[in-house]
Formats: sequence, C-alpha cells, structure tokens
Amino acid sequence: MINGSFAALKMMFTIAHLTFHEALRKRVLLAAIVLGALFLIVFGVGIYFINDAVIQQELRSAPSAIRAQSNRLAYNFLAMAGLYTVNFLLVMMATLLPVDTLSGEISSGSIQSLVVKPVRRSQIVLGKWLGFAFIMLIYASCMIGGIVGLVAIMTSYDLPNIHIALPIMLLETLLLLTLSIAGGTRFTTLTNGVFVFGMFGLAFIGGWVEQVGGLLGNQAAQNIGVITSLIMPSEALWRLAAHYMQPDGISALNITPFSSTIVPSPNMLLWAIGYTLITLLLAIRHFSQRDL
Amino acid sequence: MFVIETQHLQKQFGNKLAVADLTLTVNSGEVFGFLGPNGAGKSTSIKMLLGLVKPSAGNCWVLGLPPGNVQARRKIGFLPEHFRFHDWLTGREFLHFHGRLYGMSGQALKQRIETLLARVALLEAGDRKLQQYSKGMLQRIGLAMALLNHPQIVFLDEPTSGLDPLGRLLVRDIITEIRNEGTTVFLNSHLLSEIEVTCNRVVFLKRGNVVREINLKDNEIHINELELKLGPVDDSILQGLAQFGSNAHRDGDLIRMNIQDEASLPQLARWLVGQGCEIYRLAAHHPSLEQLFVETMTEENKLTIDG
Repeated sequence: MINGSFAALKMMFTIAHLTFHEALRKRVLLAAIVLGALFLIVFGVGIYFINDAVIQQELRSAPSAIRAQSNRLAYNFLAMAGLYTVNFLLVMMATLLPVDTLSGEISSGSIQSLVVKPVRRSQIVLGKWLGFAFIMLIYASCMIGGIVGLVAIMTSYDLPNIHIALPIMLLETLLLLTLSIAGGTRFTTLTNGVFVFGMFGLAFIGGWVEQVGGLLGNQAAQNIGVITSLIMPSEALWRLAAHYMQPDGISALNITPFSSTIVPSPNMLLWAIGYTLITLLLAIRHFSQRDL
Repeated sequence: MFVIETQHLQKQFGNKLAVADLTLTVNSGEVFGFLGPNGAGKSTSIKMLLGLVKPSAGNCWVLGLPPGNVQARRKIGFLPEHFRFHDWLTGREFLHFHGRLYGMSGQALKQRIETLLARVALLEAGDRKLQQYSKGMLQRIGLAMALLNHPQIVFLDEPTSGLDPLGRLLVRDIITEIRNEGTTVFLNSHLLSEIEVTCNRVVFLKRGNVVREINLKDNEIHINELELKLGPVDDSILQGLAQFGSNAHRDGDLIRMNIQDEASLPQLARWLVGQGCEIYRLAAHHPSLEQLFVETMTEENKLTIDG
C-alpha cells in the first residue's frame, strides 16, 4: 500500500519534472520573466523619483501628520497600481502557460506515448498541474514580493496585511491555472484560451457591475456581481486581496480604483478553494474517460 | 495463453463505424501482422488494445488483463504511428524520462539506454535534441522507447514508414531479435514485403472486420503456381497433370497450373519424363503477400458491388 502510494507520487513528480522543464523552455515564460523584470525596474525607478520628490517637499516644509498620512496614501496607491498590473500579468500567465499542455499533446498525439506507460491518467493531470503550479507560485511570489519589497525599501512604507493578501492572490493564480488545465481536457488550445479569458472577463465585468450597483444602491446589479463571482471567483479574490492591502477605511471611502464599495465575503475564499478542487477533479475525470 | 484476445470489438465515433466486429487472438512469441487499407480501423483497434480509446462494444484482453490496466502496461511497449515526442529533449533525456515512467532508475536505466541507443544506431546522436533528428531517427528513437522495459508485447504502428532501406533492415533485424527473445510483436505496416519477411501470421482487416488470416511460417500460403516449359505436348498431358493440381492451362508456349505444395514436384517431373515429355523449365512460385492482399481486397470489393 505504502509502496504503491510512493510509486504513484514518484510518477506524478516525474510528470511534474518534465512539465517544469517544458515550461522553462517555452517562450511565453521567458517573455513573462523578461517583461516582469522590466516592469519591476520601471516600477522601481518610478517609485525612486516619486519618493525623491516627496522627500524634497518634506525638506521644504514643516512636518505634519496630514502630510505624512497623504504620503502613505500615495505610496499605497502606487503599490496597489503595481499589484493591479501584476494581477493582470498573473491572469495571463496562469491562463497561457498551461493552455496547450493537454490539448496540444492530445492533438499532436504525443500524449499517447505517455498514457500507455504504467501511469494513471490522473497522475498525468496532477503531475502537470503540480509542475505549472510550482512555476506560477514562484513567479507570482516574485512579482508580488518585488512590488511590495520595492515600495518598502524605497519609501519605508509597508503594505498592510500582505500576509493575508498574498495567499489570496496566489489562490487566484492557481484557480485560473486549474481552469486552463481543465479546459485543455475538453477543448482545443485556441478554444481553451478563449474560454478561460472569457470566464475571467465575465468575472471582471460582473465585479464592476457589482461595485457600481453598490454605489447606486441597486440590488439587482449587486446580485449580478455575486452570481458572476460564483461562476468565476477570480475578480472577487482580487478585490478581497485589494481590500486587505488598503488602509482601514480607504476601501470603504471608495477613493481609489482599487477600493470596493462591497467587499467580497471571506466565504468567497472557501468557495474559490472548493471551485479550484472541483475543477481539478473534473479535469481528472474527463481526461481519464476521454478517447485519445 | 493468448497474449491478445478480442471478441466482437467495436468502435463507433458518432455515426461513423471505425471498427465493426474485430475478433482475433495473438499467441505468445509470435510476430503478428495487422494489415488493411487506409481507414480499415487498424490504428483504432490498436488504440483500443492499449486503452487509449474505449470500445463501444465487445471485449478485449492484453496479457490476460483489460486494456489500459496499469499492471499490463508495465509489460507493453508501443511505437505510435504519428510519433510526436517532446522534441526539446535530447535522445538520452527522452529515453530517461520514459524509462522513469516504467519505474526504471539508476545504473540499470542508464545501461539500458546506452544499449538501445547502440541498437538503433543513435549512440552518437544521443545528446542531440529530438528537434534536430530526421524522421527516420525519430522513428528509431521511438523504437528504442518502445523496447525500454523489455516488453512482453510490443505494438509497432508503421515502424518503417519514415525509414530508408538500411533503416528498414535495422528494424527488421530488431524485430527478429526480440522475437527470438520471446517478445510478441503486433505489427501494423503498409509495407507488405516487410510483413512477409518478419511475421508468423497476418490478418487482413477491412472495415474493422478480419476478412482473411494467413499463417506465413507454416507454409499456409500453399497454393503455388507452377510454370512449365515443355516440348510439344498434346491435351492428354494437360488432363494428366490434373492429378498433381488444378487449373492446368496453356499460356503461350508455357503451361501453368496450381499445385498444393512443392512436395509433389519430383513425382510430377518423373511422370512427365515417363510420358516422354521434354522438360525445359519447371518453376513453382508462391503468390506474394501483396498479391493475396490485393486479391482479398478486390474480392471483398466485388462482393460489395455484387451485393
């Protein structure tokens, strides 16, 4: 029994290892790493000059609590703008990196030489998921950590609750990654890409409809947002993370584009975890049953 | 024990019937040829045997287990028809990865890889990426992959389609070698001359049905054509030849007839000499597998048209 489980794990890690190396050789990852690095450099240079201007202003005028508070708000806004962009980058990466891992191998036939080995189809799906999850978690942590770190180092401003927000953003990344892998068991590569981005778009617009509905006190619009969040929780996860990373009260005042008039319920986290797991199970089930 | 057994295997894709009713058995240690025109359902049948495609009806067993069984797969090798591999790997990395999927590791795997690379004449190309390999090289590395685990049965789907004559000879030698080691080979190829040389037994498949089975090594192709060049003879000689075979007829200055086996030839020659005939040529020909294939498929077509 233990030997069997160990062998199953070994198989899964062999697939994960191959997936990891395959992803490293893909241009999309290389492009994302180069663009991510460029983005962090531009962001760092921007923060440096903005902080320099803030320091110059402080030197010219007497220190005041209001100025200090407004500086913190400015730093928070900058950090949130950076993270908002990183969030989009992560959505794209989590969708595109594994988009053809199953659909591409199914259409080319290379999956056949894997599936006839003494490896269960579930181990192939899980192995691929593990390989991509490992890459995406590292990439997302580096990008999010890069933004938060640059702000902290250059301005001495610490983004609040990053220890809560970071896992939420990582969960959003895993959710999209899982959906992209699951789509690959059913659709062709192109259809899969359209499907996952379509789902993200649905959640995105649903989130904004909910926010506007909240501002106007329109319940129907808010309900649309809740329903789309249940269909695809990615935007709700971002808004929840953004809520945690903004100073108390700022979010409710709705003075930045990252504020939420309606903060998603923490239960959304449970739903998103369940959603990811169910999607992964459905991917395994469909891949195990389909003809190759 | 049969290493492969199928009973009324059927596969339907939507409205299209790919395999109608496949019933066959493959014995342990034989090289089994699986022949048929394009669209006969050969690849779909192989996929069902390997658990890649689920049958719509019927049953099949490979090594006594249902298709796709993990235990059975440990003892199976497979070279797919449209071989597409992870071409960013080098030849050695590729074999190492597939070896690990068979649960192999360490020195044993390393040694096996080197042995197989040498066997398929890719020892020097082992550190080159597969994307730099020619079609023939890819086919040979695929063959090495199929043999990694010392399989009890190996499925080769068109293993020589991308190979030059030397490559084909190499594959033929490997098939003979593994057959001598007791491995069962399930061979699907369009190259009938290859099949004729390497296989013990062949079946002809049409629309997913076995329409003919021929045992090649036991001289089951026993209808030989005999060609005779004799001095002037009258029709009584033609009638007398009927005791040795059938369909004796003149063809220009030759006489042709069918005989059951070559054992009757000395007796036939003695009889002709006894009748005072001058014998200038006496030659028996086996019909080639290609002739039989064409004949079988044409007969089937005729039946279809007539029916």
